[in-house]
Amino acid sequence: MNEALWAGFEGLLLGVSHLTLGHLVMLVIGGLLLYLGIRHGFEPLLLVPIGFGAILVNIPLAGLMEKGGILRTFYDAGVLTEIFPLLIFVGIGAMTDFTPLLENPKILLLGAAGQFGIFSTLLLALALGFTRPESVSIGIIGACDGPTAIYVTSRFAPHLLGAVSVAAYSYMSLVPLIQPPIMKLLTTEREKNVVMAPVRKSVSGRTKILFPIVATVLTSIIAPLGTPLMGMIMLGNLLKESGVVARLKQASEQEIANVVTLLLGLSIGATMQAERFLKIETLLIMVLGLVAIALDTVMGLLFGKLMCLATRGKINPLIGAAGISAFPMAARVAQTEGQRYNKKNYLLMHAMGANTGGQIGSVMAAAIMLSVLRGLGIG
Amino acid sequence: MNDLGFGLALLVVGMGGTLLSLWILSLLVLLLKRFFPYEEVKKADGPSH
Repeated sequence: MNEALWAGFEGLLLGVSHLTLGHLVMLVIGGLLLYLGIRHGFEPLLLVPIGFGAILVNIPLAGLMEKGGILRTFYDAGVLTEIFPLLIFVGIGAMTDFTPLLENPKILLLGAAGQFGIFSTLLLALALGFTRPESVSIGIIGACDGPTAIYVTSRFAPHLLGAVSVAAYSYMSLVPLIQPPIMKLLTTEREKNVVMAPVRKSVSGRTKILFPIVATVLTSIIAPLGTPLMGMIMLGNLLKESGVVARLKQASEQEIANVVTLLLGLSIGATMQAERFLKIETLLIMVLGLVAIALDTVMGLLFGKLMCLATRGKINPLIGAAGISAFPMAARVAQTEGQRYNKKNYLLMHAMGANTGGQIGSVMAAAIMLSVLRGLGIG
Repeated sequence: MNDLGFGLALLVVGMGGTLLSLWILSLLVLLLKRFFPYEEVKKADGPSH
């Protein structure tokens, strides 16, 4: 009897006896992500489930990420198969209004320039000793686009998924802090004060419907391996612009996006097991992620300056910083900074155009990278 | 190919490819706008009596 009581008591202590310092640190990190999401509103839709997932997976002996565990099931079914990020893309497409971009398609080039951080950070990661597939996954943080980062990382370096995703989502939410000093530094007083003409209404309904189809066909022919990414975002946009499938549009941007966001966040959090996450590489990835987004901003601004010069001062270079995928934060930052220097300057719609261009640019850059890597024998 | 060559190849082809693709896409958008120009929706006249 006494032995049975003692054994039962010991069973209750198993969790405590298996608790390591690593688990405790990860519980604190999970709590920190929850704090940032709840208290400061940093990407709460993702950081809350990621933070809670990180807590769940670091409870000793709970086995949530072991074969048959619930988080492992979510991860295998949705992340390894790449279904979750792709479904999120349908929702993003259904929520995105490309009209400001279609009004002034030249601005699409700013969305291309804003992807420089991907490729330059990849070079830096290689220089720091990361393997090629790992460097590709770290570079993609520069896409400033969570689903794209998850899609590419789950394919090339799934062991880095936790660090890459946390870096991508954290820095996306920190765009209003990261970008303004760079914008201030790289533009002259005169450039900051350039007033852009109001956006003219010039896009027909047919153009809006045809755009997602044309964009999918063109980009997929150029970079076929990116078809799932571009195809899903443009499918969502077609649902929105066609105007005949309101239920599917609503499901894509609400029910499906909400359920998948929850499962995706939990699955990402579940990759943050102490033994995999607490490494010097994680710290390096966080630093490189910051560098990636800073370099995106730098190149976007420089390209904006070039366009300002080419158009004889019709484009305010500040909107170049919005050529990244962090939507709509980057556009709001451009508007706020523009207003700081000239109260009569309304850059928002132009910056929204550059920002949606950044969304397309990040997907295109990832698509091209996947195709080039296949050509180089990787992936 | 060493890592530097690999990284530089991706940088040049990746950035070049992205810029070129989006430039072509912007031209196609201009074509779409030319073929399907925006037409102001005329306001319906008031009821005739």
